[in-house]
Amino acid sequence: MLVKLADNSQKRGRSWSLFRKSSPLPGFRLSFLFMAIYMTVIVFIPLTAIVLHGAREGFGAFLHTIAAPRVLASYRVTLGSAAAAAAFSALFGMLLAWVLARYSFPGKSIVDALVDLPFALPTAVAGISLTALYAEHGWIGRYLEPLGIHVAFTPIGIVMAMSFVGFPFVVRSVQPVLEDLDQAMEEAAASLGANSWQRFTRIIVPVAFPALLTGSALAFARAAGEYGSVIFIAGNMPMKTEITALLIVTKLEEYDYSGAAAIASAMLALSFTIMLLVNILQWWVQKREGKRG
Amino acid sequence: MNRRRSIPSSLLLKPSRAQRAGRAALILLALLFLAGFLILPVVAVFTQALSQGWTIYRNSVVQQDVLSALRLTCLVAAIAVPLNVLFGIAASWAITRFDFPGKSLLITMIDIPLSVSPVVAGMMYVEVFGLHGWLGPWLMAHNLHIIFAVPGIVLATVFVTCPFVARELIPFMQAQGSDEEIAAVVLGANGWNLFWRVTLPNIKWALLYGTILAASRSIGEFGAVSVVSGHIRGQTTTLPLQVEMLYNEYNFTAAFAAASLLTLAAIVTLGIKKALEGPASGDQMETEEEKGAS
Repeated sequence: MLVKLADNSQKRGRSWSLFRKSSPLPGFRLSFLFMAIYMTVIVFIPLTAIVLHGAREGFGAFLHTIAAPRVLASYRVTLGSAAAAAAFSALFGMLLAWVLARYSFPGKSIVDALVDLPFALPTAVAGISLTALYAEHGWIGRYLEPLGIHVAFTPIGIVMAMSFVGFPFVVRSVQPVLEDLDQAMEEAAASLGANSWQRFTRIIVPVAFPALLTGSALAFARAAGEYGSVIFIAGNMPMKTEITALLIVTKLEEYDYSGAAAIASAMLALSFTIMLLVNILQWWVQKREGKRG
Repeated sequence: MNRRRSIPSSLLLKPSRAQRAGRAALILLALLFLAGFLILPVVAVFTQALSQGWTIYRNSVVQQDVLSALRLTCLVAAIAVPLNVLFGIAASWAITRFDFPGKSLLITMIDIPLSVSPVVAGMMYVEVFGLHGWLGPWLMAHNLHIIFAVPGIVLATVFVTCPFVARELIPFMQAQGSDEEIAAVVLGANGWNLFWRVTLPNIKWALLYGTILAASRSIGEFGAVSVVSGHIRGQTTTLPLQVEMLYNEYNFTAAFAAASLLTLAAIVTLGIKKALEGPASGDQMETEEEKGAS
């Protein structure tokens, strides 16, 4: 790696055509330039615009906006619900990954395809449908209401919507790891007298844990930024069930662009932190995979 | 995804009766969860849409506003998806066939749109092209409309869907290696022939898979589009936005009728995806997807 870096820095001084390792294949300049310009126009410039606007008002004003009581309450609602949704997703995602990786049963391939439904179903559709189900007279809500459990227009509803969009991330992160797990290890453990619970906690959990953490982090990130599926079921009461993404939209509708940019910058900081964390986790997974050969 | 290493049945792990019961219980629990959590919402969409009979449903679907929203959604996808296919091919070609400094950072940055909240994504373009944005005054002077108009919707959709094709192609092309392509160049193929005769036939399933994902997301995108659209009825409302507008007007049957079109599109997407995993999984696609899985 170090050698490679030194190699690269040496090359950088020379002409553009030596920028790359000599390859007989054509099209480097065309494809690289297209990619660079595309990403600059579509991703980097707009991202910079939002951060610069957030910063332009000065640090005091920025802090004042992102730490206002209503904004703080929205972080609490968003992050709290996203954390609960990530935990819920981890539990049921693990269950589904396990069942799909280990057991065979009729209709398994349909179940496997269905896991991706939340990726394919537009969030607005998921939002109105979940609201219809969990509302007072909905198919599920009518059984929960008599028990005193109110889902629609409460934080529980937010958690349900966030879990809906988040749990496929856990399944898709954990499933391949469980599928690749060498059963010889479990057989060895069994031959040494480990019961099935011990085999699960001592062999499977340690191997699947980084992937489970990665999947949960992805689910958390998606949930924290989620808008479409949440706003219908949330009720959107300021201080109680208002998520941060909605607050940005509200600020925009009030023409408070600086306020919206400040809150959006705070959300971006959160997104990038999670992204960094996920990358570190993945590096950890890969390192372990490498160790196991 | 159903690939399982064939494991010699071992006496040691032969399930006891209690374990078989546990197995059945876990499968049942998973199926119940899926039925209640995933299938029920889909069923609810169609039930609500058809709750007042087929005629009302049909009338709600062929409403002028819904049809123009459907047209706009198709138009936006028809622009955004090909752009991202080009980007995906260019990015994966540059990344998997050549070496350059900062490559792994670049691969990470392609994922940025996936981790940014859709609302923030839409707002970025308001910051650049909106009335108070960087280019706002200039655009205004030249009577060009991007925000609260179709170009803004296209831009927001391009942003949220740009990683999909690249993410499918990069691990796939990395695994495939460039031996065949180098051979073709040595034998005298020019860039054009190389792409159409060697590269494209090799990557076509992965490319199609990524394209389907991008198309599905661009049809259904809500948050980002909602911020830049301005919700002008019949002009800047895509189908998901139309669903929201009808719903907020308490026109529930019509909202669910419009939503049922999107739900059908989602089901078709899942079907195509499943079908594509067939031909692709024969090759390296599956294993490589897992290696590069994120």
